[in-house]
Amino acid sequence: MSLLEIIIFALIKIVLIVGVMLVSVAYMVYFERKVSAWAQNRIGPNRVGWKGTLQPFADLFKLVLKEDIVPDNADRKIHTLAPVIALLVALSTYAVIPFGPELKLGSYNIPLLVADVNIGVLFILALTSLGVYAITLAGWSSGSKYSLLGGIRSSAQMISYEVSMGFSVAGVLLLSESLRPMAIVESQYGWMWNAFIQPIGFITFLVSAFAETNRLPFDLPEAEPELVGGFHTEYSSMKFAGFFLAEYANMIIASAFIVTLYLGGWQIPYIQELGLSPILETVLCFGAFLFKMALLLFFFLWVRWSLPRFRYDQLMNLGWKVMFPLSLINIVWVAILIMIFGL
Amino acid sequence: METNTKRRRIKDLSFWEKIYIPEIVKGLSLTLRTMFKPKFTMEYPEVKFDPPASYRGRPVLVQEDNGVERCVACGLCARVCPALAIEIQEAETNLEKERYPEKFEINMLRCIFCGFCEEVCPEEAIVMSKDYELAFTNREDAIYGKDKLLVPVKKLQDRIDFLRQYK
Repeated sequence: MSLLEIIIFALIKIVLIVGVMLVSVAYMVYFERKVSAWAQNRIGPNRVGWKGTLQPFADLFKLVLKEDIVPDNADRKIHTLAPVIALLVALSTYAVIPFGPELKLGSYNIPLLVADVNIGVLFILALTSLGVYAITLAGWSSGSKYSLLGGIRSSAQMISYEVSMGFSVAGVLLLSESLRPMAIVESQYGWMWNAFIQPIGFITFLVSAFAETNRLPFDLPEAEPELVGGFHTEYSSMKFAGFFLAEYANMIIASAFIVTLYLGGWQIPYIQELGLSPILETVLCFGAFLFKMALLLFFFLWVRWSLPRFRYDQLMNLGWKVMFPLSLINIVWVAILIMIFGL
Repeated sequence: METNTKRRRIKDLSFWEKIYIPEIVKGLSLTLRTMFKPKFTMEYPEVKFDPPASYRGRPVLVQEDNGVERCVACGLCARVCPALAIEIQEAETNLEKERYPEKFEINMLRCIFCGFCEEVCPEEAIVMSKDYELAFTNREDAIYGKDKLLVPVKKLQDRIDFLRQYK
């Protein structure tokens, strides 16, 4: 492929991914409301459009039309910058996650990911950790005590979970011997999914991902009953929408990342042996990836409406005294597996 | 004698409770089961709530079959009303009952639906209806005169029977 073709394909993929991302964020909000309603014996939004399917757009228009309020005590520049960071991080992280095997179209072999970089996993970890700056800065620059408390909680939470998250990923990296997401997916051939090989690592990573995306039971930076709205108490209109969008986009990224690391990525076990045409196989694999992601996203929503929030000290306890040792045990477990069975 | 220190406190968790995961699974399965249960929501403008006879909706005046109200304008309801929502102007007629309210107004912005007027009425002339759809766009509309208050006795039979039984 010539350079021009590479750029064109990359641009098409970027536009598609960002578009799909934004639409799916909108529908995540819709499904969040639906799932919450179902869990409480209600019906949920069903007025705007067929079965309420246009509800997210109605919500968006409402947010656009709201007045943008900046408090007097706020640091205006940082107050504006914070939601931008949140959105930027949320929308750019997806670049390195593969959502399918190579697509063979005519003479072109198109890898189904935007950037096949060698340090993909590090890139994701780095960017998702950047997201915490958005929250901390938002809390700090708002000039309100509740926002500040939310921001502080967010950074404390990040420190205690990033560690166990990193160690859980180390278990995966030991097996795949590469930081390339594509290589990690390929290392989980057949049923050799990391979720089955290292269940402890899977659980610690899952829990850390919940903490990383600020979802319940770890939504301490928001904590509506205690902190009004936490870090976004003083935000309104589109700046608030930015945080809102980023939260759901982060959920999508987190579930895509979990699928890549632990659930075999886009692979359908032993599909190669069925002898399907390459294009059909690619489409099926892409479908499998979306299906796994959808299940995980439902799990995110399901957990939110089932579990109560952790207390601040309980969260620290869990992070440092439970998750951290567990992720270390996981590394030892994987090392033993490699030593004995030579996986 | 047994000391308190050895007793197991209720808030002490067992081992299985301490490792969270079985408890989390229990909680998740409960919500999942709830998701498939029938919904409680009543889709209001399409489906309307039909209240029982004991329901205290907006107070109305009972209108006999011959088109005359039962009210004799004694003023007890206006006297007992804690929110001072009722205003009556009495007058006399040549009918058998001699007295009737020339003006009977209930300010629905003031009414608190306590039902005292109904309780105190010696003639069973003012009763609480099942009507709960009360919306106005200005204060003038909220003052209900006789035109809105008079309701044929047939429509209120439910409530009147209820009152005879329990009042």
